[in-house]
Amino acid sequence: MNLTLKVWRQAHADDRGSISTYEAKDIPEEASFLEMLDIVNEQILEGDSGEEPIHFDHDCREGICGMCSLNINGVPHSKEQGITTCQVHMRKFRDGDTIWIEPFRAKAFPVVKDLITDRTAFDRIIAAGGFIDVRTGSAVDANSLPIPKEEADSSFDAAACIGCGACVAACKNASAMLFVGAKAAHLNLLPQGEPEKDRRVLSMVRQMDAEGFGNCTNQYECEAVCPKEISADVIAKLNRDYAKAAVKEAVAT
Amino acid sequence: MSSLNSAIPSGDLAEKWTKYKATAPLINPANKRKFSVIVVGSGLAGGAAAATLSELGYQVKCFCYQDSPRRAHSIAAQGGINAAKNYQNDGDSVWRLFYDTIKGGDFRSREANVHRLAEVSSNIIDQCVAQGVPFAREYGGLLANRSFGGAQVSRTFYARGQTGQQLLIGCYQALEKEIARGVVQMYPRTEMMDLVKVNGHAKGIVVRDLTTGEISSHAADCVILATGGYGNVFYLSTNAMGCNVMAAFRAYKRGAYFANPCYTQIHPTCIPVSGDYQSKLTLMSESLRNDGRIWVPKSADVAAKIRAGEMTAADVPEAERDYYLERKYPSFGNLAPRDISSRSAKEACDEGRGVAKSGLGVFLDFKDAINRLGKDAIKARYGNLFQMYEKISGEDPYSVPMKIYPAVHYTMGGLWVDYNLMSNLPGLHVLGEANFSDHGANRLGASALMQGLADGYFVIPATLPSYLVNETPGKITTAMPEFREAEESVHDRVNLLMKNGTKGTRTVDSFHRELGLLMWDKCGMARNKAGLEEAIAKIPGIREDFWANVKIPGDSTQVNMELEKAGRVADFIDFAEMTCHDALNREESCGGHFREEYQFTEDDPDVKSGYTNPGEAKRRDDEFSYVAAWGDNGPGKKPELIKEELEFEAVKPSVRSYK
Repeated sequence: MNLTLKVWRQAHADDRGSISTYEAKDIPEEASFLEMLDIVNEQILEGDSGEEPIHFDHDCREGICGMCSLNINGVPHSKEQGITTCQVHMRKFRDGDTIWIEPFRAKAFPVVKDLITDRTAFDRIIAAGGFIDVRTGSAVDANSLPIPKEEADSSFDAAACIGCGACVAACKNASAMLFVGAKAAHLNLLPQGEPEKDRRVLSMVRQMDAEGFGNCTNQYECEAVCPKEISADVIAKLNRDYAKAAVKEAVAT
Repeated sequence: MSSLNSAIPSGDLAEKWTKYKATAPLINPANKRKFSVIVVGSGLAGGAAAATLSELGYQVKCFCYQDSPRRAHSIAAQGGINAAKNYQNDGDSVWRLFYDTIKGGDFRSREANVHRLAEVSSNIIDQCVAQGVPFAREYGGLLANRSFGGAQVSRTFYARGQTGQQLLIGCYQALEKEIARGVVQMYPRTEMMDLVKVNGHAKGIVVRDLTTGEISSHAADCVILATGGYGNVFYLSTNAMGCNVMAAFRAYKRGAYFANPCYTQIHPTCIPVSGDYQSKLTLMSESLRNDGRIWVPKSADVAAKIRAGEMTAADVPEAERDYYLERKYPSFGNLAPRDISSRSAKEACDEGRGVAKSGLGVFLDFKDAINRLGKDAIKARYGNLFQMYEKISGEDPYSVPMKIYPAVHYTMGGLWVDYNLMSNLPGLHVLGEANFSDHGANRLGASALMQGLADGYFVIPATLPSYLVNETPGKITTAMPEFREAEESVHDRVNLLMKNGTKGTRTVDSFHRELGLLMWDKCGMARNKAGLEEAIAKIPGIREDFWANVKIPGDSTQVNMELEKAGRVADFIDFAEMTCHDALNREESCGGHFREEYQFTEDDPDVKSGYTNPGEAKRRDDEFSYVAAWGDNGPGKKPELIKEELEFEAVKPSVRSYK
């Protein structure tokens, strides 16, 4: 199939950036979206323009590392449900389509180059409290703490987050509440996570605010684009856990 | 000739590790914080090591090429992690896990290392659960298990089809906790370009910041590499796009020995190749073989009709199907080990019985399991894997069988290490897939996660003091001439690539593809002397062409992915040559290394007795029961072979049969 691509090009963080147009010719429909970009990049490289290929983040190409991003026709990871950009295949497009490709947009995710953004704000939120503090070697036997299957499964649903940032990119406020809520729910739902629960939500939410992510106004765009289909229920739980922890903190001080 | 000391402690096999830990040197807490450690790689091995060493009090610097340590390729492991917990009461034990791993590795690994791995396996599960890793559970709240290839017990712990992800997130969170404490300094989007030796000891690295292009040095009291495997030397593999051998290969160029590079694992269940634009192959977890049945038509004519689209799987009656693994290996059936399953698929396709369009594919059929257990049960077990398959292939595996074919997945070879996980270069330690130590010639399923975490959480924290106690901390600084020399050589290499690259005409990927195809053809699932010699003769030509004609636009002072890839491919080319030398030298078949000249025939006593089949891999223990470690002899020269003889005290190597 033949396609027209409208791609965001930005030489470096301080460059203003603009949209460039590329013709993607003879794209096999079995190819993945990123393989389509590979083909276009080969064409750019083989040409005489001296132009650099389109830079984008990617690594595992099987939907789990969270490195690939891209707004495809305005939607993070495309309009396909429950998958990442690297899992989008060209059979979902039609010959002659024009596709707009842009980076994830958020103040807290500055563009590094072209379609590559800096998402290290997420790492700093995890460092603020997204863990269970257990020294290596100090754990008790794994089966000494039975966990009801339903609780374990709910925790798992939240733990499926791959930290890609699509939730932020989809939100008009660039809120990271789904990301933070997912990590808080994963750990707070488990008995192992109970002792640090209050400290965890307070620290993570404060770090989130400090990074410049916006507020949640219940639009559910995040849930709609999440490649791991994490439910916005984790945001409600985060709000409850945060309220309780904040009250306890206020009373204690 | 140089010699290798594996430093295996004396005493009974089962007592070695306990005794080692009880008598190994210790460093007191006040002194630990004076020592600094560099960890390259943030996957299960590197992340676990960095977090644990930091908890113990060492100052740690951790480096990864990805934008976050959470993205290391350990994350893509699907199926599970083994541990000798015997929670299923099905007769498992440390001994059985040890034995299965030694046998699975075709008697080409060290007994002492493998036994230690089996011993610490249980601690890993405890640690991960305490961190909040959400392993699958039974309704009673206890942990669930499933079975994996090469074992007759259920010892595999799993987290849906995302076990690697959940384990890595646990590890990453532990690492972030230490970063927040300020003890670990994390350097993402940073690639190791060289190893720095001071007085023969590994004391630092040179790195390139992938965002700014800045080249800088870091000094420490020791260096740990946990940089994964080299599967991408084949271009197409299940590895992530960025996985590369540069760190390990740079260490090799600085004098570290590279062991058994010819042991490469071809995983039997991957989605078949669909075209030459393809950038990578996708693995379908081995766990699918618990319920899926692998088959091809008995007749090549029927297979041809399926390939042509004139027939479908459903049109083939039961009597016309060849469930070849069940036929050849009745006691292990579809759960035969990976090397054996892969070769059987190749055999079936070579006979013209393949069912994918290209001829290279076999069916993995869930029809019987769905009839027996219901679609919902299958969905609960494998839902995300089925979804992944559907997205890639466009076919619904609930109604038509999957098509699968073997693909490069894991590499058992790696930098040579002793029992302390230290290479022949003092101070250089190597963990996880990057070392060679535990899987012999073939790795069993669910053992990579186990080894990575064992090395990082439990082994290196206990063995590192053996090296450090003899060192004076803080003596090394980047102002030393050794660092300037290494930095200059990195600058020279980058400048040369950019200088040639601006006038070059061929893309980096085109060279990588050419090299990969050659390696797959001549050093892939089956190898022979003539083919390997041909590859060794051709590789220098690829190298010459690469350095003369590679095209790299842009500049080296900012993000430049063509430059990054070029550096990695340059090392893959040299590495491929060493791998072919190793494969040529090993005149036997074992595990993932299948030399066509060495296979069982109808005349062998073990075939006549019915113990094994003709066509199975034939080891030659009298001549090749050794680790082949290779030392660099300089550019364009054949590397030097240094042997470490394998000694088996507890297990007698036998013909490996899964019948």
